[in-house]
Amino acid sequence: MDFGYIEKVWPLYQKAALLTVKIGLEGVFLAILTGLFCAVVLYEKVPVIRHIVTVYIETSRNTPLLVQLFFIYYGLPKAGIMLSPETCGAAGLAFLGGSYMAEAFRSGLQGVDNIQKESAYSLGLSKAQIMCYVVLLQAVSTSIPAFLANIIFLLKETSVFSAVSLMDLMFTAKDLIGLYYKTTESLTLLVVFYLVILLPVLVAGAIAERRLRYAGFGA
Amino acid sequence: MPDLGLEVLFKGSNMLRLLQGLWAAVEISLVSIVTSFPLGIILGIIMTKENILIKFLTKVYLEFIRIMPQLVLLFIVFFGSTKILGINLPGETSAIIVFVLWGVAEMGDLTRSAILSVPVHQYESSKALGLSKTQSYFYIILPQTLRRLVPLSINLVTRMVKTTSLVLMIGVVEVLKTGQQIIEANRMTSPNAAFGVFLVIFILYFLVCWPASIAARQLEKKWS
Amino acid sequence: MADYILNIRHIVKKYKEHVVLDDLSLEVEEGGVIVIIGPSGCGKSTLLRCINGLEKIQSGSISTNIQGYTGNIMDMGVSRQKIGMVFQSYDLFPHMDVLGNIMLAPVKVQKREKDKVKKEALALLERVGLENKAKSYPRQLSGGQKQRVAIVRALIMHPEIMLFDEVTAALDPEMTREVLDVILSLANQGKTMLIVTHEMKFARAVADRIIFMDEGKIIESNTPEKFFENPETDRAKKFLNVFSFDNKIS
Repeated sequence: MDFGYIEKVWPLYQKAALLTVKIGLEGVFLAILTGLFCAVVLYEKVPVIRHIVTVYIETSRNTPLLVQLFFIYYGLPKAGIMLSPETCGAAGLAFLGGSYMAEAFRSGLQGVDNIQKESAYSLGLSKAQIMCYVVLLQAVSTSIPAFLANIIFLLKETSVFSAVSLMDLMFTAKDLIGLYYKTTESLTLLVVFYLVILLPVLVAGAIAERRLRYAGFGA
Repeated sequence: MPDLGLEVLFKGSNMLRLLQGLWAAVEISLVSIVTSFPLGIILGIIMTKENILIKFLTKVYLEFIRIMPQLVLLFIVFFGSTKILGINLPGETSAIIVFVLWGVAEMGDLTRSAILSVPVHQYESSKALGLSKTQSYFYIILPQTLRRLVPLSINLVTRMVKTTSLVLMIGVVEVLKTGQQIIEANRMTSPNAAFGVFLVIFILYFLVCWPASIAARQLEKKWS
Repeated sequence: MADYILNIRHIVKKYKEHVVLDDLSLEVEEGGVIVIIGPSGCGKSTLLRCINGLEKIQSGSISTNIQGYTGNIMDMGVSRQKIGMVFQSYDLFPHMDVLGNIMLAPVKVQKREKDKVKKEALALLERVGLENKAKSYPRQLSGGQKQRVAIVRALIMHPEIMLFDEVTAALDPEMTREVLDVILSLANQGKTMLIVTHEMKFARAVADRIIFMDEGKIIESNTPEKFFENPETDRAKKFLNVFSFDNKIS
């Protein structure tokens, strides 16, 4: 292990990791919004839109992110839609993640007891208020473990960003291997940086799952 | 309608080449599946044993494989093998090694949870009926385990097929790479080929994975 | 007729072909306490759900004469807050503490001032003996405590009519008592109430009028004394006999 080399390239990895996390979080955020929207549409059986949502979910789940990104990055500009690599990364992640988040939220929504809606209704709450204050909050909290698992999945998927010329961790590692032939150091740093990004989410997921399984609210 | 480069696909043997590229990707996943599923099932059975050392080792293996992006694993095997073993593994071999390691881990975990999800009283009642241990395993436990396992492993197959798109990054010529080659070769005559070609690849992946997803969902519904 | 606070006229409720409420009419005067009893499946719970607008009726009308809200129940919209309801299963919102549960509707629906609502919530909680549970979450409460909170949650909306749908059916006997005491004290304050229950002693103690239902119809409407001592109809007699037998055993 050449520690001098590690010290030298450390800032490069740091920069790449920050970019990975930044775009990853942007993508996750957009995926959550997309997922929430799709889940509510399916749950409320909104006419027409629910069919569009279903088509989207099936497409998103049955194609690889890399192919989605290639289409967005190389294909769409030919149809006049030009996006920066960063936007592509976030958009691709949102397109992929939206369907997984939708699934997580939907099972959470279905888990909310009907009596909850009825009693909110009998207190005079409007349909939107019932969704907002009663159903959604409960659904979100029961879907937290699935939701964190999805975040891990999506952050892992960011590793393909280098294919659309984003200077992320994979890009940096590959670049450095090519430049200096320090394969062991470059790969070790790659693993370490991914662990630093992913382990906290993994731990949070484990804690959330335990809390939900054994306690619930007010523990 | 603007030119979206769809005509490239019908030029010469381009469509056939794309399909061959897709087959290269699917082939890698098929070899990996055939190798890793039996090994994974064995690992899963081992994982249900109450041995602290086995539990610890399998857990570390499983968690490491799971938390690392598959592309990182591909890099480790592809670039690392040259460094550590001094041999140049071809991209296909590296990919199969990674997918087998991954498949064994995931399949092991699926098998373990499928076995553990069979309620204890099922074991007890088959014992009470006078079935031997082997008999109760074959007639009672195994069928129930399989019913839980089959839909989940179909999902694993689709995940693997989707992940094969990554082998492009370690120099394997598969469908995306073939697509790039076609786009490059026709740069002058159809500058917009990227749209059509990548759209078709997108659809091809969908056509491979979608039926499997539907089958998994149907089986899950039928057997739950 | 203005002295009726609730006027149910010839309502019919069907689930597909199955008739649950069959041309049922009922008037409730202000301050009246009506206890509805009958065998399971007789439509008594459905009746309450229709009054609260949870179920749509196929024909007939339910109108109210609540101050400022005269008209058909189905058109009342937001004013269904004037009719409070407590259900059999514990229906508190698990993600909010007791105060959160109680304050949600008055603050969000009636747009009342938070501080005042909180004061009133605490006062109501004290009345039902739960002043120290304001910050607890539903899962930390016993069944009886949950139901008392559910009653407070309905009361804080200042409803003109309260509906109780077998609120003690899922409770242990000792917890049943604490919930019934709260309902009894409400009756003494002159709150208009419709109560579905299987607690016959309680029914007798609390009711101004007993409604006996079977197969979606009102079979008998009587004072509690007459109904329990000397019911007019055979079906009511039979029903009560089953209960007295049960009581002897237990």
